[in-house]
Amino acid sequence: MRVLIRGAGVAGLTLAHELATKGVAVEVAETAPRAGGGASWFAGGMLAPWCERESAPETVLTLGRGAADWWDAALPGDVVRKGTLVVAPPRDTAELTRFASRTSGFDWLDADEIEALEPDLAGRFRKALFFRDEVHLDPRRAITALHEKLAAMGVRFHFGAATDFPDAGFDRVVDCTGAGAIGRAANLRGVRGEMLMLETSEVTLSRPVRLLHPRIPLYIVPRGDGCFMVGATMIESNDDGPVSARSLMELLNAAYALHPAFGEARVIETGAGVRPAYPDNLPRFDVDGRTIRVNGFYRHGFLLAPSVAWDVAAHIIGPSKTKHVPSAGPFKPLSDQRGAANPPQIGASR
Amino acid sequence: MLELYGTSVASRLLLGTARYPSPAILADAVRASKTEIVTVSLRRETAGSRTGGAFFELIRTLGVRVLPNTAGCHTVSEAVLTAKMARDVFATDWIKLEVIGNHDTLQPDVFGLVEAARILSNEGFKVFPYTTDDLVVAERLLEAGCEVLMPWCAPIGSAMGPVNLPALRSMRANFPDVPLIVDAGIGRPSHAAIVVELGFDAVLLNTAVAGAADPVLMAAAFSGAIDAGRTAFLAGMLEPRDMAVPSTPVIGKAVFS
Repeated sequence: MRVLIRGAGVAGLTLAHELATKGVAVEVAETAPRAGGGASWFAGGMLAPWCERESAPETVLTLGRGAADWWDAALPGDVVRKGTLVVAPPRDTAELTRFASRTSGFDWLDADEIEALEPDLAGRFRKALFFRDEVHLDPRRAITALHEKLAAMGVRFHFGAATDFPDAGFDRVVDCTGAGAIGRAANLRGVRGEMLMLETSEVTLSRPVRLLHPRIPLYIVPRGDGCFMVGATMIESNDDGPVSARSLMELLNAAYALHPAFGEARVIETGAGVRPAYPDNLPRFDVDGRTIRVNGFYRHGFLLAPSVAWDVAAHIIGPSKTKHVPSAGPFKPLSDQRGAANPPQIGASR
Repeated sequence: MLELYGTSVASRLLLGTARYPSPAILADAVRASKTEIVTVSLRRETAGSRTGGAFFELIRTLGVRVLPNTAGCHTVSEAVLTAKMARDVFATDWIKLEVIGNHDTLQPDVFGLVEAARILSNEGFKVFPYTTDDLVVAERLLEAGCEVLMPWCAPIGSAMGPVNLPALRSMRANFPDVPLIVDAGIGRPSHAAIVVELGFDAVLLNTAVAGAADPVLMAAAFSGAIDAGRTAFLAGMLEPRDMAVPSTPVIGKAVFS
């Protein structure tokens, strides 16, 4: 069995890992000169299915709750299990109540408990939600490490490959090109996300912090060495051009609202990526002869890619073999979407 | 039937399209609401040729009339420019005109609003101005060429519902023949029912549906509430009294108690 995967983002690499660990000969063709050349590079890296449930359907929680264990098993030591803190400015505390009413798996914290978790936020917020089971990782490190691990396992990578990299001789070809497939894949659209990186030694955070705001909910993820990723906007657009002044202003405002010391931080990077999404904002795969298309991860690439990869691998290898593979994990298959040749379901997803 | 710039519409609910959990849920909510008009925000940065296309295409497939808006515009020139872009993108001369006076409260800048309304009306736009409940501003907007007014009933996104009923009553009484659409501040279906009972012609809302735990169900709830409020307005309601009034006359009846 020989499988060609097009795309070395989070979808392609997790699938390559699922297949390679099960003894399948995998090659990966990527048009960019390195792994993670698309939206994966700008991801927040929060594996936060309970928080996402605020606006995402139950499927995201069902499929995403096993992601932390998958990443931990694939890349031991990269997953930080410290939970997620959700705060709101004093005048927007109604947003916290609303957020709490839509989600589960959290504790209400008072000012003292917030201080105990994040000493630098002492005195800044009177109430917070703490999602204890959520984790985060550094997506860039994870992409790079996964690439290196796979290369060491014998997976062949073709970087800078043409979009029509020859697939003769392969039993299966899996299209994991993400936003690159917009225009080719029916109903696939782009949702632009902008982010920035701040560097400061004046603030220390141990876990991702989400700042609720009626219009622009944003998050800050500590990346170590005084670096913080601030993200991310959600704009219906295929444009991956430079961040706009308005978005930059909103991202910086959020950081400043979380802690004024961020006002003195250095902006070391700004970036924008395009998330590929289907109308229901859920991922799916469909099968067309020997070709399989995996796409639509929206803002849930690192969260849902393991589950979908497991499902696609089961489709390729057959369920009888995957049954014996211990890394299969606790994921539930996308049973309602398996091999779906029909267009994505409109609605009824909540 | 409600007439807006010569177009008859049966539904008295106008729905915003922002901040739904997904386009699929938006599509279902639009259907459940039975609305015939949706508003779409055209950010100038997404008006370019390669951006926003898929989302706008989805809006077009909903089969409802699009009322583009100038949300996020703070000056007359920004609003006029955005209105012209929207006319090209959506092929309509309808425009919901917002000129925001304060980034934080999103309160309309009524001075800029009147000026932009005049410019756009002169250029053939059919302007739906987002305004306050101020009567003099309303007059100026009508003078500027507007044939519909869209007063707030509370600040945008506040979900407070009608905070100044006397002002809304007064507006209705002062402009009996102008279509009045309450825009902004509605939080729940009962709020919408109240303003329609007052005689307002329609209600425009977004967050109350998009931000609900189940937007599709909430869209249906608003549709029902607005129908009920409108029907009650037509049926004619009792005025409240300070005292009990027995529903069965006592006079002339034998009393055994």
